[in-house]
Amino acid sequence: MAALPPPLEAAPAVVLRDVVALAGRFPVLAGASCTVADGEVVAVLGGNGAGKTSLLRTIAGLVPVVAGQAEVLGVALRDGAAPPLGSVGLLGHHPGLFEELSAKANLAFVARIARVDRREVDAVLARVGLEGRVADTALETLSAGQRRRAGLAALLLRRPRLWLLDEPHASFDAAGRRLVDGLVAEAAGAGAAVLLTSHDAAEAASLADVVLTMRGGQVVERALGTRGRGGSDVA
Amino acid sequence: MWRDAAAVLRRDLAIEAKSRVGLWQVLPFAIFVVVLFAFALGPSRSILQQAAPGLFWLGVLLSSILLVLRSAGIEAAPGLADAQRLLGVDPAGLFLGKAAAIAVQLVVLEVILTGGVIALLGYRASCPGLAVAAALLATWGLAVVGTLYGALSGGARGRETLLPMLVVPVLAPVLLAAVKSWQAAVSGPWSSSTTWLVVLGAFAVIYSAVGVMVFGQLRETM
Repeated sequence: MAALPPPLEAAPAVVLRDVVALAGRFPVLAGASCTVADGEVVAVLGGNGAGKTSLLRTIAGLVPVVAGQAEVLGVALRDGAAPPLGSVGLLGHHPGLFEELSAKANLAFVARIARVDRREVDAVLARVGLEGRVADTALETLSAGQRRRAGLAALLLRRPRLWLLDEPHASFDAAGRRLVDGLVAEAAGAGAAVLLTSHDAAEAASLADVVLTMRGGQVVERALGTRGRGGSDVA
Repeated sequence: MWRDAAAVLRRDLAIEAKSRVGLWQVLPFAIFVVVLFAFALGPSRSILQQAAPGLFWLGVLLSSILLVLRSAGIEAAPGLADAQRLLGVDPAGLFLGKAAAIAVQLVVLEVILTGGVIALLGYRASCPGLAVAAALLATWGLAVVGTLYGALSGGARGRETLLPMLVVPVLAPVLLAAVKSWQAAVSGPWSSSTTWLVVLGAFAVIYSAVGVMVFGQLRETM
């Protein structure tokens, strides 16, 4: 699917300039800067503890910004302000769903809260490969990959404007990885901004328009990805 | 707020229907509490009849703590709090929905336990309407206070031991007023029960309002 060019006049979905963010008293971001435009896929690479997950959580408004400029979907993240409710979807290491309930029951709850037509639940579950008895089975009895598929389905159902995916390929088999790639391309094609983290440089480059590298809570390198260009010219 | 509360109520009851923790753990616990305390008081029928309201509400209060711990535990799974926040669940709706789910489970427990105190302890209310009104108000009071303090202790280490320590002193007025109302429902004077019903009602209203106002803030700071 061809990537849509970012709108020229609209402000980027995410603008971070020299952001310092604290988890408790520990600085998880130490002057991080990046931008993500609507319809753009940005991948973040970095070792363990580099600040990738913290970057996503800060952008989601879950970690307080104490210095620098952070603007997400038009909202400045200072003094407890958060992005507009329901506009940000975060898929973390855990699917963020209730383990005692089935994927279908979890998504029915999401649909009620997000004011989405409940008839879309079955279609979204089928899209991520959770159909029949699997969709009606409690998440706690499913495999890690199936639980992550349920988490992806919850994101799909909500159609957020900003997708934050923390190592989205983790726990997936080859088919699952292709599913993730397809959903990311679809979301960006529909105009959503996508920021994802990865440990795999080649995979990140092929999936993204821009590849960032983080170290010590800062973005230390910016390179072009190959998404939609069919080449491999990562700088 | 109300729509989110209804969704949360439905979700929490669905989780309970799947896990049946209330049925297989909390209900037997409540029965054990009433039966064991009754054993401690001895075989005298008149003493047991007199003590029945106290034993009943003690069983309900202790069971409510287990239900609150369970309810708070549902939300404590890794990644869930962030997901709920980003999903945009109205904090007041979340508070009311969770309190309502606890209240529904408590009502079921109370119905079964009432059968027990009638059959085993000889409790007879000559004004059942008064007993029912007091039970409904007390149940909502237990549920809202429990939900509020469940969130307060949610992020703390040793939540299981901290919650009873925090919540039992706060619930003392509910226990006292509910017992007095149930005693008045047996033999009167019914006029004295008005005061206790007002206490139960005021308690429920005040803590409902406090919960609606501060629940979101409380969850963010925990």
